[in-house]
Amino acid sequence: MLRYIARRLLWLVFVLVVIVAITYSIFFLLPGGNTDTIAQRFAGKAPTPEVVAQVKLQMGLDKPITMQFVYFMRNLFFGDQYGWPGFGKSFTLREPLRPILMERMFITLQLALGAAVMWLLIGIPIGVLSALRPRSLFDRAAMGFALVGISIPVFVLGPMALWVFSYQTHILPGTGYKPLLEDGFYPWFSHFLLPWFVLALLYAAFYARLSRANLLETMGEDYMRTARAKGLRERRVIVHHGLRSSLTPLVTVFGLDLAGLMAGAVITETIFNIPGIGDLAIKSIQSQDLYAILDVTIMAAFIISFANLAVDIVYAFLDPRVRYE
Amino acid sequence: MPEPLLEVRDLRVHFPTDDGLVKAVDGLNFSMVAGETLGIVGESGSGKSVSFLTVMGLINRKSAIVEGEVIFQGQDLLKLPTDELQAIRGSKIAMIFQDPMTSLHPFYKVGDQIAEAILAHEEVTKKEAGDRAIEMLRRVNIPRPDERARQYPHEFSGGMRQRAMIAMALSLNPDLLIADEPTTALDVTVQAQILSLIDHLQTEFNTAVALITHDLGVVAEHCDHIQVMYAGKIVEEGSGDDIYYRPMMPYTWGLLRSIPRLGHVSERLEPISGSPPSMIFLPKGCSFSPRCPYVFDTCHVEEPPLEPVDGHHAAACHLSLEDRERIVREEVVAS
Repeated sequence: MLRYIARRLLWLVFVLVVIVAITYSIFFLLPGGNTDTIAQRFAGKAPTPEVVAQVKLQMGLDKPITMQFVYFMRNLFFGDQYGWPGFGKSFTLREPLRPILMERMFITLQLALGAAVMWLLIGIPIGVLSALRPRSLFDRAAMGFALVGISIPVFVLGPMALWVFSYQTHILPGTGYKPLLEDGFYPWFSHFLLPWFVLALLYAAFYARLSRANLLETMGEDYMRTARAKGLRERRVIVHHGLRSSLTPLVTVFGLDLAGLMAGAVITETIFNIPGIGDLAIKSIQSQDLYAILDVTIMAAFIISFANLAVDIVYAFLDPRVRYE
Repeated sequence: MPEPLLEVRDLRVHFPTDDGLVKAVDGLNFSMVAGETLGIVGESGSGKSVSFLTVMGLINRKSAIVEGEVIFQGQDLLKLPTDELQAIRGSKIAMIFQDPMTSLHPFYKVGDQIAEAILAHEEVTKKEAGDRAIEMLRRVNIPRPDERARQYPHEFSGGMRQRAMIAMALSLNPDLLIADEPTTALDVTVQAQILSLIDHLQTEFNTAVALITHDLGVVAEHCDHIQVMYAGKIVEEGSGDDIYYRPMMPYTWGLLRSIPRLGHVSERLEPISGSPPSMIFLPKGCSFSPRCPYVFDTCHVEEPPLEPVDGHHAAACHLSLEDRERIVREEVVAS
């Protein structure tokens, strides 16, 4: 098992290197990806060539691109003057990126975890109850809800929800982020409620369908019949034998979904003005902030790769048939 | 006559489906006494499994129409409320199934699954239940039972898994064990072991056994009484000798003739012509008539009742006794 983990971690490092290389390539291949052009943009109004050269030096754009890539990777793994890992400095903000990333990551984490709790609490019970009453009114209504949830795009649902709950009825405050410790519970909570809900709806719908399908399939398994033949109460049969089998695959899905969200819920953060990683990603692409783009990409890649490894390990603990050499 | 352990009276189990009403069991009557071994033989779709699943109460009453009576130790199981039925299941009547690979939960240890059955019915501690589970594994001849109890089903071989199922079924000393095709999914050599294990345990635990199979060879040596089922009903019943040496029904003749025999390799196999009937559109009259080589007019019109031939031997056929005895003498036994 440990050897397996070590191998996966090595692979993770390799994947990160490749992703950074690709990001570098894309950045410099796109229009405006010329080091002079970039330096000029950030050099203020009508810069002279000397100023541009200075800026280039400051931003680290003077070296050939491959060298920039190598230095960046070195700083990433060993740290730079701002700390470890070496995330570099933002072009636009002219500030070290590490603290910015950490803070934004924390905010995105709040968004992702809150939504996750919501979608688990909504989606799974609905799915399980539907499976226990197949083709009933509840089941049909629940799957109808699921279809709606999967189909409505976030950029439609978000503004709609804002309009109804905030602008029309004033039940909830509008967009923005209110830190819990500074502004207190209610502002923090009420500002997160809609983004959590909008984000959770899609996943709740998926999970309702998934848990329903899994449980329905499990109910037909032979070991369920054996459990009943032993004279176990139906509740025990369903919970201990049925749910255990049907919800275990959801653990894998959940890990990956959560990781994907932590890599940045871009649309949600933009609509609701939440200063998280996704929001940073959009802004840095729009402003061609190379190091910010790289950092956001790396964080996303790392989180997702690591989550892949983590769910595989967890699954080995949950399913005794799975063993890694 | 000792009081019957189980009495099934005019059991009908019909499943309404989009294609029509499937009459899986259509008028089943039999009884078992304590300690008896009953063999139930029939093709797939004959209703042999469904009838015993109904006895266990494992047929979903919402999707099936169940009529008749299933009297076990004086109580009609079909009319019992769920919690009383659950108390009987596993502790007084136990069932093992065809495929031991899928009949055990893959995520839980074997010992725990056996202990679960014990804990559901008796007030014992987890440790006691665990110890009894290990003891049961020992009784079914699984070596190193304490280690095996801590293992998962996928770590067992097929034969061992079936033994574990048997251990689980017998752990509460039931009065009746229903074995639904217990050896069909196993190798031939393992089959023999499992069957002799069931024999052996039956005597030890004094359990009645209902052995369901499609294999006449299996019931020959192991059963006191044999029922041959076709299209949801019993068409012949009797002792092993009755069925093998004096069969009185064309379907039974067909079954006996189709058994391949050692030493006769060059002979062609003699199957029963035709295929089992649709359980929705049963033939009028005798349900075997489309496939019977001795069919005549009455067979298409009237269903033959199950009539005694002699003693406990009974068969359902319109042919006269003399005709049947002659056919048996000349054609079945001679071949």
